[in-house]
Order: sequence, then structure tokens, then C-alpha cells
Amino acid sequence: MSLLRLDGITRRFGGLVALDNVSLEIPGQGLSAVIGPNGAGKTTLFNMISGFRPPSEGRVHFDGADITGQPPETIARRGLIRTFQLVQLFEDLTVLENVKIGCHLHTRGGLLAALVPTRAARAEEAAVEAEAWRLLTETGLTAHAHSFAAVLPYGQKRLLEITRALAAKPKLLLLDEPAAGLNRQETDALAALLRRIVESGTAILLIEHDMNLVMNVAEEIAVLDFGRLIARGKPDEIRRNPDVIAAYLGTEEAAHV
Amino acid sequence: MNSFNTIWANGRGNLATWLLWGLAAVFVVYTFASGGYLIAVLQFALIYTVLVTGLNIFMGFTGQVSFGHNAFAAIGGYSSAVLTATYGWEPLPAGLVGLAGALLCALVIGYPVLRLRGHYLAMATLAIGLIVYEVAVQWQSVTQGYMGISGIAPIGIGRFTITSDRGLLVFLMIAAALALLSAAGIRRSRLGRAFVAAAGSEDAARALGIDVARYKLIAFMISAAYAAIAGSLFAHAVGFVSPEVFGLPMVVMSFTMLYVGGIGTIAGPALGAIIISVLPESFRTFKDYQDLAYGAALIVILIYAPRGLASLPELWARWRRRSA
Ligand SMILES: Nc1ncnc2c1ncn2[C@@H]1O[C@H](COP(=O)(O)OP(=O)(O)OP(=O)(O)O)[C@@H](O)[C@H]1O
Ligand SMILES: [Mg+2]
Repeated sequence: MSLLRLDGITRRFGGLVALDNVSLEIPGQGLSAVIGPNGAGKTTLFNMISGFRPPSEGRVHFDGADITGQPPETIARRGLIRTFQLVQLFEDLTVLENVKIGCHLHTRGGLLAALVPTRAARAEEAAVEAEAWRLLTETGLTAHAHSFAAVLPYGQKRLLEITRALAAKPKLLLLDEPAAGLNRQETDALAALLRRIVESGTAILLIEHDMNLVMNVAEEIAVLDFGRLIARGKPDEIRRNPDVIAAYLGTEEAAHV
Repeated sequence: MNSFNTIWANGRGNLATWLLWGLAAVFVVYTFASGGYLIAVLQFALIYTVLVTGLNIFMGFTGQVSFGHNAFAAIGGYSSAVLTATYGWEPLPAGLVGLAGALLCALVIGYPVLRLRGHYLAMATLAIGLIVYEVAVQWQSVTQGYMGISGIAPIGIGRFTITSDRGLLVFLMIAAALALLSAAGIRRSRLGRAFVAAAGSEDAARALGIDVARYKLIAFMISAAYAAIAGSLFAHAVGFVSPEVFGLPMVVMSFTMLYVGGIGTIAGPALGAIIISVLPESFRTFKDYQDLAYGAALIVILIYAPRGLASLPELWARWRRRSA
């Protein structure tokens, strides 16, 4: 059974059809990827799935429930966590605190816990602290734990956004171009991290322009072009698909396919 | 803006920190010993500390704007005044009624208003303040209009009332300290993290499962509660309330204190409240130029410590690093 199912998703912006009747199933394990030229509708697809924008037509099912039109925070609570193409960090807070905020969904404390440090409240805070440090160790950001997110180098900002998303313990993690702006080494480290995340049982749906990375880590690839789903398959099949090659012809990525 | 590089968070051992607190302590001890007019000034500053601490939770932590918190102070102040002076209630239950009224009002108003953004929210909150002001003026049978209500009994429980100036000062110091401690507790908690997340990036917060609309409303209600308590404290400390007491000057005053002290920090509201209360007094010697000197001092503070006085330890640390 698939974890995420899209049924005929269409999204119009005025006269522009950004997504045209896209149906897709994403399994509950492994790493799937969505690729496509600039403006193909990849980010729009993520916005439909994560509730940041409603589809014009079609339904989104996640983990056995119809989540179409639900607000982002409700969808996140179900275990679907996304990152953004333009990194969205809490820039004025430290790296550690960014990750602690990611633990929101799996903690309970409210005003009472804030004002009265009961044993339970302190235990929960200690658990959040420990979990945040564990995740920072996992992604190699411990050295920056007390830096403000704003001063991190770009690559580490991307890494922090993923770390924070992991703190929310997603069933499915949506990553919108996590390798954009990363150098070769950082991209390799990212690939290794993505594999570890998948091994630990979290499914990933990845949008990516870096073909090397996609072909490297993805088990299933869906290709969007002008809002339509033009191909689905294993990396090798996608590489040889004439429609995909045509879609990328003349684009920057053509050389890499 | 939400730097939690507060004096308490990681300013320990910093010379500027000790200097600031040292000065504050000297001032408090001096006031306590000398008595007189300064005591009233400090009492006023401590009440404002409670108000501004609440405003800071909504504006500093949660990143929203409100020009209407004087309304909640008015609700607290008038409840205390009317129920004790007119109906002979005890201060505590009267204050609690004011608190409940402010919370209810914040809930009813905040629910629709907090869906607005930026200057719409600011305008809506400004309207709340003006409406409550009008009610205080027009509802003569209860509020006695412009005349206001005087002869409000001093604070106390049962037969224990605080009648001396110094006693009241100690009581208000405890109240202000509790306000700061509770704000620090909130800032360090899951609740406070949800607030600062909403301020930092609403999209990121929602993507992590934080119900931003709900947390804005909670922050609004919590800050309204601080304002109501400050209003009640004012009514009993001064013994008099009128519409003017809770008018627009209160909004301007609390904003100045918040920004001069350091918005988003823990100690900022206290520093701002004390400095802004004392500053006009210290310029008394300039007589005609008092307002000018006061304005100049504010500008100097905001230029050299744009994130408020509470950020001085941070600036000091950076300066030392650079010169080292
Ligand atoms: N809010 C919006 N209003 C109007 N048009 C939009 C909006 N969001 C996206 N679009 C349009 O929809 C199309 C798909 O955009 P989308 O951002 O989904 O592409 P993408 O595949 O993510 O591209 P990229 O690789 O550049 O990130 C584009 O033509 C874009 O201009
Ligand atoms: Mg995109």
C-alpha cells in the first residue's frame, strides 16, 4: 500500500495550469524523486501535498486519510513534514533551538509546564534537549549548536532545515531541492544522510535538479513537464525515456541526463 | 529581534551585565533609603514592568503588533476600582474579575483580529484601545466618566493592607520579579518556542505542525493578562483611575520602554521601564530643555543599542572580541 496517493491533481493560477491531472503513488519506505525542468510544477505539487495551497481539482490521500484542503499544521501532525526550496529557518534563534522547535509535535507542555517546573515538565525539556543534540550529532552540526541560524554557511542552513524536519519524526519527508547551492562534497554528504534516513524507516520524496544525486539515491522517479506527469520509473528507465530526454533538451540539465 | 541573548540566557559573567544590574540595585537601594518622590517613580516603573513584560510576549516573542493593550490595563484597573471602591469588594477577587474580563475580551477580539496581518492587526488593536477608552468616558453610572474613580483602597488581603510607601514598593518589586520570571519560564518552554517560531517564519512553523493562529491567540491572551494585572496594581497603588490614565500615552510609553529596554529579551522590559521612568526626572535640572534632553537621550540609546539596553552585554562582548 502506498503512503501518499494523489488522484488527478490539477492546479490553476489564473489561466496558467501549473499541474495538470497528476496522479501518483508514493510508497511508505525508500526514496522517491520528482524531477522536471524549471517551472514544471514540482514545488506546486509539494504545496498541494503539504496543505500550503489547495488543489483546484483532485484529492490527496495520506496514511489512509483524505487530507485534501487540510491546513499545513494538521497534515504535519499526521507525519508529513516538508522543507522549502528557499530555506525557511528561524534565523534569529540558535541552531539548537531551531531543532528543539522541530520537536513540537511530539511534546505536550503548555502554559502550566512553562510556569511551574514540575518533574514531568523538566523531564520533557531534558528529553527535547537530548533529542536535539542526538539529531545534531547525526547531521554533523554539533559544532554550530550555539550559533545563530542566520550566520550559518548556506550548505549548513540546508542541513539544519533537514535536521529540524527530522525532529518532527516524519513518516514521509518532502525535500524541495536540498542540494541546491551545495558543493560536491556537501552533496555527497547529503546523499549519505538521505540513505541513513531512509534506512531508519522514514520515506523521502525529493525534488532535485542535481541529476547525479537523483540517479544515485532515488529508487523511483516521477518526471513533470509543464504540469503533466510524463514518465515514472526506475532511474535507468528514466534516463533512457525519450519523452524525458525531449523535455530536458535545450535545458541546463540536458547535459547531465 | 527575537535574539534570546538575554542578560539571563548567556550574559553571565559579562561586565556590562553586572554593571547594569549593579546600577539597578544601587538605584533601588538608594530609592528605598531616601524615600520621597523617587519611591513613587520606582513604583510606577515596576507596574509598567508588568505591563511591558506582557506586551513583550506578544510583540517580542511572537512578533505581532498591538497598540491596544491599554484596553486590557483599563479593564483590569476599572474592575479593581469599581468593585472595591463602589461595591466594597476585596482587592484580590476584584482583580481576578478584571483578569477574567481581560482574558475573555482578548479571546473574543483576538480570534478574528489575529487572522489579520501587519498594519491591519495594528489598526484593529488600536481600535480596541479607543473603544475601551470611549466606554470608560461614556458609561458614567459605573465609571464616573472623565472624573474617574478615586479613593480606591490600598492593596491587601483581609485585615492586612499595605499602607506604607516602602511596603508597596516591596510588594511591587515582587510582582515585577514574578512577571519577569514567568516570562523567562515561558521563553524557555515549548510554549515560548512555538511563539518565537511563529515570529521567525510562519510557514516553517506550520510545516512543523505548530498551529500558528492558535499560538498567536494564546500569546495575545497571556499578554492581556499581564496588562490587566498591571492595571489593577495601578488602581490600588495610585488610588485613582480615569480614562486618561489608560489612554494613548500609556501605549506610547510602553512601546518606548519595550524598544529602549530591548524587545524580545527577558530583562528588557524592566530596564526600559526603569530608564524611561527615571530619565525625565534626571533631566529636571535642565528645566526648559527637559523634553529636548529626554528625546536626545532616547535617540542616543536607540542608535548605539538598536536592540535595546538589554543587548548592551552582547555589544560589549562583541566590542571586546574585536579589540582583543
Ligand atoms: N503563487 C503562484 N501564482 C502564480 N503562478 C504560480 C504560483 N506558484 C507557481 N506558479 C507558476 O506555476 C508554475 C510551476 O511553478 P513551480 O514553482 O511549481 O515550478 P518548479 O517545478 O518548482 O520550478 P523550479 O525548478 O524553478 O523550482 C510556474 O510557471 C510558476 O510561475
Ligand atoms: Mg520549485
